[in-house]
Amino acid sequence: MSMTDQQLQPEQRVHISYERIIELVEFGSNVLDLGCGDGELLVRLMREKQIRGRGVDIEESMILQCISKGLSVFQGNLEEGLRDYPTGSYDYVILNHTLQMIHDPAMLIQEMVRVGRYAVVNFPNFAHILNRVQLALGGRMPVNRNIPYEWYNTPNIHFCTRKDFVELCSTLDLEIVRSIDMTRRHVAPPFLHNWLSTETCFVLKNTPRK
Amino acid sequence: MSSESSPVAESLGIVQEHTYTFGPPSEPIILENGRAFGPIDVRYETYGSLNAECTNAILILHAFTGDAHAAGFHTPESKHAGWWNDMIGPGKPFDTNKYFVICSNVLGGCRGTTGPASLDPHTGTPYALSFPVITIRDMVNVQKRLIDHLGIARLLAVAGGSMGGMQALEWSVAYPEMVASSIVLASTARLTAQGIAFNAVGRNAIMSDPHFQSGNYYSYQLPAQGLSIARMVGHITYLSDESMGMKFGRKLQERAAYGFDFADQFQVESYLEYQGDKFVDRFDANSYIYLSKAMDYYDLGERYGGLERAAARIAGKVLVISFTSDWLYPPYQAKEIVFALMKAEKDVSYTELNSPYGHDSFLLETKRQGRLISSFLGSVYEYD
Repeated sequence: MSMTDQQLQPEQRVHISYERIIELVEFGSNVLDLGCGDGELLVRLMREKQIRGRGVDIEESMILQCISKGLSVFQGNLEEGLRDYPTGSYDYVILNHTLQMIHDPAMLIQEMVRVGRYAVVNFPNFAHILNRVQLALGGRMPVNRNIPYEWYNTPNIHFCTRKDFVELCSTLDLEIVRSIDMTRRHVAPPFLHNWLSTETCFVLKNTPRK
Repeated sequence: MSSESSPVAESLGIVQEHTYTFGPPSEPIILENGRAFGPIDVRYETYGSLNAECTNAILILHAFTGDAHAAGFHTPESKHAGWWNDMIGPGKPFDTNKYFVICSNVLGGCRGTTGPASLDPHTGTPYALSFPVITIRDMVNVQKRLIDHLGIARLLAVAGGSMGGMQALEWSVAYPEMVASSIVLASTARLTAQGIAFNAVGRNAIMSDPHFQSGNYYSYQLPAQGLSIARMVGHITYLSDESMGMKFGRKLQERAAYGFDFADQFQVESYLEYQGDKFVDRFDANSYIYLSKAMDYYDLGERYGGLERAAARIAGKVLVISFTSDWLYPPYQAKEIVFALMKAEKDVSYTELNSPYGHDSFLLETKRQGRLISSFLGSVYEYD
């Protein structure tokens, strides 16, 4: 299984808006965008934050679009894109709405915080109230505007909830530097995140060894 | 899809060959083996026109058995266009409406540039095996003289596949200030043992031909059988299991059923024989030996103490393309170059095209490869 998302249009890949991610990134930093798609986020980061960027994507058509925008891009699967990087070679490693498609997400996150000072990860919160209702009352796998796939054709092989992810971070000794919760296009209310967020974005870093 | 609304691609029509000669008595070239060598003829062709600022020149670097004739036709009657005609021309990826494209025959070749078949001015006879053993760097140094002669200070791109990709890499580490970008297709920073092994079989086939005569066959019969076998072996390595299966399968050439005698020929045999015979008419056996040896010797990182250190010298943008079914220059080798460049924080892009045509893909996958190259060149031309 690859984490390809061939069926997705670029605009569908965008969940947390680019603005939110751009806000998180410091001026002039080095950014690696995993699953960079058509490269639009990198282009905007270069323009608005003067970053130096590189993208990784699996799909030929996306690579072509990145190249025509003058970006540096690597075609390959995401783990492969990180394996050969020395520790700390980027300021930020971004994984935008792709975590749930990854074969070994825990390993990838550890690689991200190894290669980058910060990892920026966002993913759909499976515990959102709409999903809970569909599963609990409808008795079926949730299919809605946030996760628009049937179980048999979904590229999403590793859904998790916000709470699950926070637990994983603690297991992996990762510090959550920041989190942004979204309800669709808006910042979620500051309570009941695991019920109300459709999407969560975390900024992570390695906890310094004691 | 973004940017391609390219006009209908046409052919270049009739193109001219040129020859530039340099070397002793004025500045000879010093070869990597330390010897001063010359005079040297360089056969080259150019397509399109150089702009006033001299910023649109692209040097195309040919593979092992290629030549300077990369595009267009030599005469109105000729049936065969240049070897990369699908890639070079008006509206094509190397768009001659925009770019000034140069291609020259390599040092040691046999298609107009000085090589073992050329006459040694000191003896009046062909160099044969007294020709110096040359390297990829030597080829590049000769091209550098040509580019200087053409008055070009900086190339928009150097581009080539296979041995041409080695030259593109070598250009970008040897003369980083002269290379705005390099395009490396189906290539490697150094051949695998398997690649060297196949070259060795080719050389052995030639050298064990009774007509080889230590390379001094020019006034006698050519080592045609040996050269033909070398080409047959080479050709196998340029294809893939899948492409051979698609093209020939197990079909017989002339019979419908097996006759159980040696007159039976599978289509693949007849094809290889044809390729071998055709090759003998256009290629010199000694050049085969010299050029294959140059490829065997090639090791991008060796001179600089490692691939990463060599990569650190590169100043321009790099596009590396490999092909999934290429087992002679496998994708993992292309990725070694890319990872070295990424570690050196260079501006490098990599794609691995899914193609069944083996090593030959860079000559055949012209559409997909062409789209990537034209986008890449466009961005370099725009932003450089």
